[in-house]
Amino acid sequence: MIDMFELLAIIIKVLVVFAGTLVGIMIMTLAERRVAGFIQYRLGPNRVGFGGMLQPIADGLKFFSKEDVIPGQANRPLFLLAPLAVMIPALMTFAVIPFGAPMEIAGRVVKLQVADINIGLLYILALTSIGVYGLVLAGWSAGSKYPQLGGLRSSAQLISYELAMGLAIIGVIMISGGLTLNQIIAYQQETGWNIWKQPIAAFIFLITIYAETNRLPFDLTEAEQELVGGYHTEYSAFKFAMFFLSEYANMITAAAFMVCLFFGGWDVPFIDEAALGGWGVLLSVASFLGKTAFFLFLYILVRWTLPRFRYDQLMRLGWKFLLPLALLNVFLTGLVLAVKG
Amino acid sequence: MSLVAKQLSTENVAINFGPSHPATHGTLHIHMELDGEIVTKASPEIGYLHSGFEKLGEHLDYNQYITITDRMNYLSPMCNNVAYALAAEKLLDIEVPKRAQYIRVIMCELSRIADHMCSMGMQAVDIGAFTVFLYNWRMREKIYDLFEMVCGSRLTTSYTRVGGLMRDVPEDFVAATRRVLDDIPTALEQIDGLLSHNRIWLDRTRHIGVISQDQAISYGLTGPIARATGISYDLRVKEPYSSYEDFDFDVIVGANGDVYDRFNVRLYEMWESLKIVRQALDKLPDGPINIDADSKYILPPRDEIFNSIEALIHHFEITMENRGFTPVVGEAYVPTESPNGELGYYIVSDGNRTPYRVRTRTPSLINFSVFHEIMPGQSVSDTVAVLGSLNIIAGELDR
Repeated sequence: MIDMFELLAIIIKVLVVFAGTLVGIMIMTLAERRVAGFIQYRLGPNRVGFGGMLQPIADGLKFFSKEDVIPGQANRPLFLLAPLAVMIPALMTFAVIPFGAPMEIAGRVVKLQVADINIGLLYILALTSIGVYGLVLAGWSAGSKYPQLGGLRSSAQLISYELAMGLAIIGVIMISGGLTLNQIIAYQQETGWNIWKQPIAAFIFLITIYAETNRLPFDLTEAEQELVGGYHTEYSAFKFAMFFLSEYANMITAAAFMVCLFFGGWDVPFIDEAALGGWGVLLSVASFLGKTAFFLFLYILVRWTLPRFRYDQLMRLGWKFLLPLALLNVFLTGLVLAVKG
Repeated sequence: MSLVAKQLSTENVAINFGPSHPATHGTLHIHMELDGEIVTKASPEIGYLHSGFEKLGEHLDYNQYITITDRMNYLSPMCNNVAYALAAEKLLDIEVPKRAQYIRVIMCELSRIADHMCSMGMQAVDIGAFTVFLYNWRMREKIYDLFEMVCGSRLTTSYTRVGGLMRDVPEDFVAATRRVLDDIPTALEQIDGLLSHNRIWLDRTRHIGVISQDQAISYGLTGPIARATGISYDLRVKEPYSSYEDFDFDVIVGANGDVYDRFNVRLYEMWESLKIVRQALDKLPDGPINIDADSKYILPPRDEIFNSIEALIHHFEITMENRGFTPVVGEAYVPTESPNGELGYYIVSDGNRTPYRVRTRTPSLINFSVFHEIMPGQSVSDTVAVLGSLNIIAGELDR
């Protein structure tokens, strides 16, 4: 028998998270350009709506009204599938991320998280990897050379950062002893944020999420100056927008993931959220959003500061620097745990 | 050969880099052959921007052609104006007054800064550092404001005339230039801060697109590209023109001839250019900017044209069709150090009011000729870095 209350709660949470992600994407596309403008002594979009606030909507309308071109030599089914294969996982990933302290409504505890599955971490890693298939498919199915190079690069990129990323997370799993994000956050609430205990892992993870989301300095798969947009060269109109949106969705998820793993999730230091009741929940959500926003800002800052890696240099960085460092981190963590007993 | 290698036979992919490509900054076509990401062959095809500049020289008289020189190197039109005027003046055997020479030097050096700003910015954009480009662009705009101040236009300056300048600089020009000169170092320091110690930048530029000294000499490379290989060759020092011998500056020389050195040679050259402009402003002599109007090479002052019949006839004689000054039969060439290298106009006169032939020695074309030799073995990503560092101006490539 399905509990009506639970069902309703889940539906509301799904809607909130889904809409929240989309609004987040819209804010990000605007923030990206405004921050870039701020960095580069210019204004950025400030005409549409209230000081440029409606620019993302104008962009969306523009994408909808553009002609949708499918190249003659493209493999049509795969060409149509690719944007979906990128977009759907990107929007699904956020489901396991807790975005606030558990809430009490009518005597029942509601977790502020769409799905509390017991392999939350693996779920995120798996879904973000599926997104890469979309990029490879997009690159290959267009039947054109520049996208193909972009697709090749994205698969090369995948194998160079994923291992280090996974190993970095293993350190966190080892000390917190759980695969769900709730466990990891609860552990951090008790003993302090993981950034103090796993600085190396945090460092590796921070680097790899840039590669994960194809952002500068690792945006080799797009590289508009070399590959003319890489895997999405041949895409137009809303199919292109889907790649664009999923990049931002991935960024939001990756930033939230980073916050959950190393910065206590929704935890506010020195404050017991549970004791504050409703305000505590609000505070925890605000804390989560604030931390996530900080990492998103960092994303933008890095993009407009650093040059781009070459793809063999990224592979070198991944295999020769990040991977040994991550292994070392796992070893050290194990050693400390063994000594402590 | 192992079984796997036999089954996985690979072949090189031919790819068209351009003619319309974000990194070519103009229309330039490179036929590339790729083995994976490695370039095995790169043969450029030029001519997409051919505009018949040289042929036009045979139909336009000496002063009219100055407007065409603007369009050749659209990043530093002032240098082209000066180079052409110098060649025409050598043909006519005239020397412009010191003040005009100094103003020409100021304009050339400001152009050099603007050109380097632009080319370095483009190079940074191609490697992914977009912000550097806009920092540079901001300074370049200020220099263009100065150009607008002296000649009313930002890009198509046409500032020189055979025998002098279009007009003298306005009164507040010196003060305005000093203000810009004080601003430019901030941009140079910003570039330095963003890139010089950036590991990604170093990895992307060092030992990339290396040109050896022998290659530089045998291909006739000049300018920052030759100096980056370690050759101390600067026409401002070797064959001073337009009073360059009056100024004290250093020739910046690199060591390895790679993208990194080319970038740094340009960066430090801008500091030297700042020095030259400062000296020229300090020493800027008073006096006329044109040779004596009685020489019949230069237009008489405007108020005289309206008030005296002699001046009106003089004006008519110079400007009307089938009139104008006619140099003696002969030829002239003055090499100048443009931002990209040796720029010179070779003018052959058959005694008519239009030259018989105008040949342009443009640095971009010569510098680009080495491209096919340095590219094999580099990756696709390096292609854009090398292209940016050679600073190919399509307008100069296809005259």
